[in-house]
Amino acid sequence: MEILDALLQGFATAITPQNLLLMMLGCVIGLFVGAMPGLGSVNGVAILLPVTFLVPPTAAIIFLAAVYYGAMYGGAISSIMLGIPGASTAVATVFDGRPMAMQGKADFALVAAAVGSFVGGTISVILFTLFAPPLADFALKFGPQEEFALMMLAFATFIGLGGDDIPKTLFSIAIGLVFAAVGLDEISGRPRLIFFDLPGFYHGINFLVLAIGIYGIGEILWTLETSQGEVKVSQASFTAKRVLEAFKKLKQSTLTILSSSFLGYFVGILPAAGATPASLMAYGVAKTMAKDPDSFGKGNIAGVAAPETANNAASTGSMLPMITLGIPGSPTTAILLGGMIIWGLRPGPLLFVNNPEFVWGLIGSLYMANLFTVIINIAFIPLFVSVLKLSFTILAPIIFVLCIVGGYAPTQDMHDVWLIVIFGVVFYLLRKLNYPVAPAVLAIVLGPLTERALRQSLVAERGDVMTFVERPLSATILFLAVLLIVLPAIKMMRHRKKREAAAEQDGL
Amino acid sequence: MNLRSIKKLALMPVIAVCSLAVMTSAAFAQWEPKKPVEFIIMAGTGGGADQMARLMQSIIQKNNFSSQPFIPINKPGGSGAEALRYLQDKSGDDHVVMITLNSFYTTPLQNPDLGVDISTFTPIGRMALDTFLLWVNSDSDINTLDDYVMQVKSKGKDWKMGGTGQGQEDSLLTGMLQNKFGFEVTYVPFPGGGTVAKNLIGKHIDSTVNNPSEQLGFYEAGQSRPLVAFTPDRLEQFPDVPTSAEVGHPDLVYFMQRSINGPPEMSAEAQAYYIDVFSKVFNSEDWQGFCASDGIFCNEWLAGDDLATYHQAEKAKHEELLKGMGLIN
Repeated sequence: MEILDALLQGFATAITPQNLLLMMLGCVIGLFVGAMPGLGSVNGVAILLPVTFLVPPTAAIIFLAAVYYGAMYGGAISSIMLGIPGASTAVATVFDGRPMAMQGKADFALVAAAVGSFVGGTISVILFTLFAPPLADFALKFGPQEEFALMMLAFATFIGLGGDDIPKTLFSIAIGLVFAAVGLDEISGRPRLIFFDLPGFYHGINFLVLAIGIYGIGEILWTLETSQGEVKVSQASFTAKRVLEAFKKLKQSTLTILSSSFLGYFVGILPAAGATPASLMAYGVAKTMAKDPDSFGKGNIAGVAAPETANNAASTGSMLPMITLGIPGSPTTAILLGGMIIWGLRPGPLLFVNNPEFVWGLIGSLYMANLFTVIINIAFIPLFVSVLKLSFTILAPIIFVLCIVGGYAPTQDMHDVWLIVIFGVVFYLLRKLNYPVAPAVLAIVLGPLTERALRQSLVAERGDVMTFVERPLSATILFLAVLLIVLPAIKMMRHRKKREAAAEQDGL
Repeated sequence: MNLRSIKKLALMPVIAVCSLAVMTSAAFAQWEPKKPVEFIIMAGTGGGADQMARLMQSIIQKNNFSSQPFIPINKPGGSGAEALRYLQDKSGDDHVVMITLNSFYTTPLQNPDLGVDISTFTPIGRMALDTFLLWVNSDSDINTLDDYVMQVKSKGKDWKMGGTGQGQEDSLLTGMLQNKFGFEVTYVPFPGGGTVAKNLIGKHIDSTVNNPSEQLGFYEAGQSRPLVAFTPDRLEQFPDVPTSAEVGHPDLVYFMQRSINGPPEMSAEAQAYYIDVFSKVFNSEDWQGFCASDGIFCNEWLAGDDLATYHQAEKAKHEELLKGMGLIN
């Protein structure tokens, strides 16, 4: 088989001592870059790009791809251990990862993240190997209308996320959308919602600013209040037996992990989407499809596995449009793309033909990098878990500092730091009033993408709304979105009835 | 005193200041950045400006042209408005430079509220003149500009021309075509040239005026077809594609300048330093090789005041274009 030959060739390239060493180094660096709040794979890859001119292009891409990969795993670590998303791709991991850590099950969450990432990464690299050309064609079929439909699907997965209180969920989404609209209008360039005429609002409200505010600062306040400073996390020592136990637990989430892999991959290959929407959508789908949706957000292992699986699958997926179309599917691949041009390679439909050793070397290394990162991750779990042995009175200030640094680093603007603090307090209050906060985070990520796709579609069709249902692909996706809204609603009604029946039986 | 001597007298201080400036810049040629330099890109990732900025960054690092790294930062919001405003607010900062598109001229013209005056920016150097071609999907039966005009006229508003933001280069060139041939198309804005190219191949739009670098990958794979180059001379990569003059429309020539500019009130020493760094980049083999392979003109280096003069002329030209399209008064 031709592909098998090429793949074997790719493995041979990947396991030359130099490449293998670079890959391991890349994974470890990525792991730490990803775990640091505010530093994500984008920064890691951008900072290391110039280093790669010292080695041949294939070695360079293997190294940078490993950094990218490692960072995807690493993002989960601070999400779970500290409750601050290490990278934007790991925000959804906080939802259940943090509660698990508080219940003394941090190691389970970390195993779930590592295994999910491994499966997601491996499935998508297999899809990449077998179906790259047809998948590239599929990505081309996605016009603005399809992108809009996909965003609707993402919102639909989140309607059920806020629990029973749909008005409060909608309110939370609306707040997120308003924040997403701040900044300069994408098409006309006119300023919108520049509050108090502060120049810092011109670059809009970065999604990570909101996420760090809510989950970093807000979480500290919440924990301090509920525990009065005395957080007791009983963490069993991490043994081989615990790993086996974790695997057993994880087995129940097999279906979630598989579906998140495919979902993540397909969202990843669509230009302009990337791993962050993919992980949020996977979380929403996992919750919608679960038998016990109420347990999500309270430490359900599937709520950790789903987003982590999807973000790794998507990061591999986003390499496909980069290589076959020359279009980055995520901010990080945009930098990799720049690297390829500098190395003298022209990404595009002919890269497979003109530079097979490069493409297959990269694919081969992705398989290896997956295996390698899951091993170091599980090996490092005892180290990560020991963080929780610190008393919360020590941990809280550390988390606070990390939040501030993480907010300042990307734009180097104090404006964003103040926003983090304000968001932290405001959303802590909203949370006390039982408003779900996750939908606001989703809305600020997807808002700009949705707006752009909607406006492009309508401009192209001169205001004809029917275009969304006239195109088969977009109609199909919209139909799925409607299903996703209707399904949980029915489920919820049944659930409510059951509960009422149970209540009656109990004589309450 | 006659008029001439008055002029001379008036010029004296100017000359004195100029020579002083030259002297100080020579004396302080040793100025070096003390921290990494922010390299602002007034467009999104993956487009032409982005690729160039990252290439320059690597040339600077590889050849040790600067003791501090240049960190590319994309600020694509509002057709470059975000980047322009950012640079304006960085007034007096010696550690930030920006790579431009023609939205450097058009965006402030269209948004007077933005409070940006590009003549206050510190001109550093012009790195390249990017070129434009008219593209259709290779499945289309259009082979010449004449075919194109006929088809578009019959389709009218159903014809979708894709491009970057409204009022940016692609839309101006589209406006030039519309005025020239008397047709009217629907213009669909996308966030970057790479996305525009992809949408042409996916047939979500009917034609584009992409730069060569944005379409070359698809062109080489036989998926897109250039009809005409809006340049005075034929491009090396597309020897068979006629220029606009060859098909009878010599006035249809349009370039996109790619220049490096600093914020207002950058110190003269820093300006001299960056002029030196970027002239080295301009003359490097890597840069010239990239220009040749990507169909970009990199023959003439303009720096400092020459660049400022060029900016003024281009700004006036764009003002006319925008007025002609009714986008400004």
